Amino acid sequence: MYSFITAVDLLKLCKKHKVGIADITIRYEMEYSRRHRAKVMARMRKIKNVMKEAIKEGINNPRQSAFHMSGGSAPKLIKALKKKKMAMSPLVLTAMAYATATGETNASMGRIAAFPTAGGSGVVPGTMLAVAELWRLSEKKLNHGLFTSAAVGKIIAEGATLSAAAGGCQAEVGAAIAMAAAGVTAMRGGTPEQCLNAASLGLKSYLGVVCDPLGGLVAVPCIKRNTLGAATALAASDASIAGIESFIPFDDVVLAMKNIAKIMSPKLRETALGGLAVTPTGLKIRKKIGLPPLKKEDI
Amino acid sequence: MQASQQKPTDSRYSIFDIAGPIMVGPSSSHTGGACKLGQIARALFHGTPEKVTFILHGSFATVYKGHATDRALLAGIMRYKTSDTKLKDAFEIAKKQKLEYIIKTANLGRSQHPNTVKIIIEKKGRKPMSMIGSSIGGGMVQVVQIDQFDVSLHGVAGQYKTLVVWHDSGKTALDPLKKELRKHKIRIHDIQTTKVGHHALSIINMDGKALTLKEVLALEILDGIEDVRSLTTLEKQ
Repeated sequence: MYSFITAVDLLKLCKKHKVGIADITIRYEMEYSRRHRAKVMARMRKIKNVMKEAIKEGINNPRQSAFHMSGGSAPKLIKALKKKKMAMSPLVLTAMAYATATGETNASMGRIAAFPTAGGSGVVPGTMLAVAELWRLSEKKLNHGLFTSAAVGKIIAEGATLSAAAGGCQAEVGAAIAMAAAGVTAMRGGTPEQCLNAASLGLKSYLGVVCDPLGGLVAVPCIKRNTLGAATALAASDASIAGIESFIPFDDVVLAMKNIAKIMSPKLRETALGGLAVTPTGLKIRKKIGLPPLKKEDI
Repeated sequence: MQASQQKPTDSRYSIFDIAGPIMVGPSSSHTGGACKLGQIARALFHGTPEKVTFILHGSFATVYKGHATDRALLAGIMRYKTSDTKLKDAFEIAKKQKLEYIIKTANLGRSQHPNTVKIIIEKKGRKPMSMIGSSIGGGMVQVVQIDQFDVSLHGVAGQYKTLVVWHDSGKTALDPLKKELRKHKIRIHDIQTTKVGHHALSIINMDGKALTLKEVLALEILDGIEDVRSLTTLEKQ
């Protein structure tokens, strides 16, 4: 009854039942898993708590990741909040700091909520927890945001992919940006159309981004792509609230993502055989990790 | 768990396949999903494994080290949760438990998903079990082969309880088992059967109460049934 595969389905359901995306999503999950509303909400609460812990961990106990490629960037962004003349507002900087903290916790094998994936796990909690905190929104609003973003992630999973090995970074951080843009828009009271429009704007700006991590590790450039992804998600939400309409509807953007994934060389899909991974810096890390050297003609 | 037999227009995912899993990093597909594949392989095997071999394919083969894919798979075999921070000590724990492990890389074929592993579990006096599974993103997994049988077992957040049954390939081989399930007031949602020669493997999705270990073992002594494994005790978050 509440099942949806596409954004069009989802909007139809919202109209029919006169509720927001989050409500449809909760009802869908109750129907799908045959669980009571309380169970569904409790599970999201657990995820929310892990998100908060991961952020705290990344800010208070900055740890180096494997091969010392990352760690300690989140506290720097928190410090930057006190600086005058920053281009970004305190909200954006906080979101960036939180996204980074999650990414750094993840890279050092700490506990996180993969939302939608571990590689893209910073953007959603970063933006939504910063928005909830700085705008003093209720837990209920935050829940709305989280369920809305999960709905957007589901549409991407059904229509394209959430795996960087299959679709590049657009499928992980890109998906997270779309999800966060929609979630934040829901939290600030946007309509279902505005939420999905924000998702379109966010994802379009990240289409085609490849997965080229150094040595194949989720660290460089993944963490900082989450940092800047948080800013993009907030910008997409602002643009949508300002009334900018994506000429391309969300389902089409997802189709485009799928099409790009199909064309994308496997070298650019989480194999560490292209892009940043094969730059001189990338090759140094490759050697350090003990991966077999690449032939010159392969670079 | 469930066998994926749905039409393409059907909803495939739980919201919590997207939101979550709660896991230790760094990669949902290479760490979280790997741990889940280990858990499923362990659930499919009868008894405590003594030796396990992982054959890594595609992206799993190239970048497993930095993602701790090897440790996550092994942790899954030892029934650790994806969210357990002890996952990074899997090698040491396995040594303590005297569980031998071998990690190899190979090409498992072009049709396989880039994140695929073949897991072979052995124990003295038992026939070995092999499974090929893929980590398809965001911690979601899919089992594509169990022993010699091609299957499609989709590891989504529990919609159904699942039984995996090794049995004779005769048409009526499953009838006594179905009767037994009815006695337990369990409703069969669907059955997916793969036959190879005289042997067959069925994946049965069910509604209703979870079977106890004793009830599962009772199913195994039915005529024509070789092995029954219940996947109801897999990690739930």
